[in-house]
Amino acid sequence: METAATRNKKPNAKPAKLGRDVQARLGQQLRAMYDDVVNQGVPDRFNELINRLEGDEKKDRQ
Amino acid sequence: MPMDESVRKAVLSAVPSLRAFAISLCGNVDRADDLVQETLLRALANIDSFQPGTNMSAWLFTILRNHFRSEYRKRRREVEDSDGHHAESLKSQPEQYGHVEFREFREALAQLPSDQREALILVGASGFSYEEAAGICGCAVGTIKSRVNRARTRLAELLNVNSAEDFGPDETTRAVLARGGE
Repeated sequence: METAATRNKKPNAKPAKLGRDVQARLGQQLRAMYDDVVNQGVPDRFNELINRLEGDEKKDRQ
Repeated sequence: MPMDESVRKAVLSAVPSLRAFAISLCGNVDRADDLVQETLLRALANIDSFQPGTNMSAWLFTILRNHFRSEYRKRRREVEDSDGHHAESLKSQPEQYGHVEFREFREALAQLPSDQREALILVGASGFSYEEAAGICGCAVGTIKSRVNRARTRLAELLNVNSAEDFGPDETTRAVLARGGE
């Protein structure tokens, strides 16, 4: 006998394939979120870190 | 530790993208910046193991990901931060009118299993090929493809989108709307 429980018990039912338009919009949202951070550029702490490491290196060589 | 100008440039130019990836992994800006800093220190200490001519960015992403997996994952990812510090660090978004808001999108992304999320980010946002992403994650190309597909399907389910109209206006429309508001 089919009940709601047995009907719903299909975890492996293949999900409908996403339309190209949906995929494209998901991609746009993803890149917008990512690029928000990328567009912040290089925070000072990282420039300072590299400069400091270079300074150490020069000292080591002397 | 020799650091010639080309290495310095390549490392610094990878920082913005490394940060974006790190934030997507740990969901917290401060922790992500620490992760990037530790990645740079490790990378420069082991610069001899970088093969000149190969992709510096992919090499740095690999170090960052491995370091995150070994250290940071022990501390649970704080999903509640998706509307906390991360949100504050982002520039204000133009208002959106569809039912998928920027914040909803971030929250849905945070709910994905981490292996699916990282695959989707690497391929869909960082711009790596499936092959490069497989190299970074240390798995087969087919595995990356399947993770990316599952990630997209799950995102669409979480966001309850069936068509592009369920989203807010696209970039072009938003730009026009933004200009109209000036």
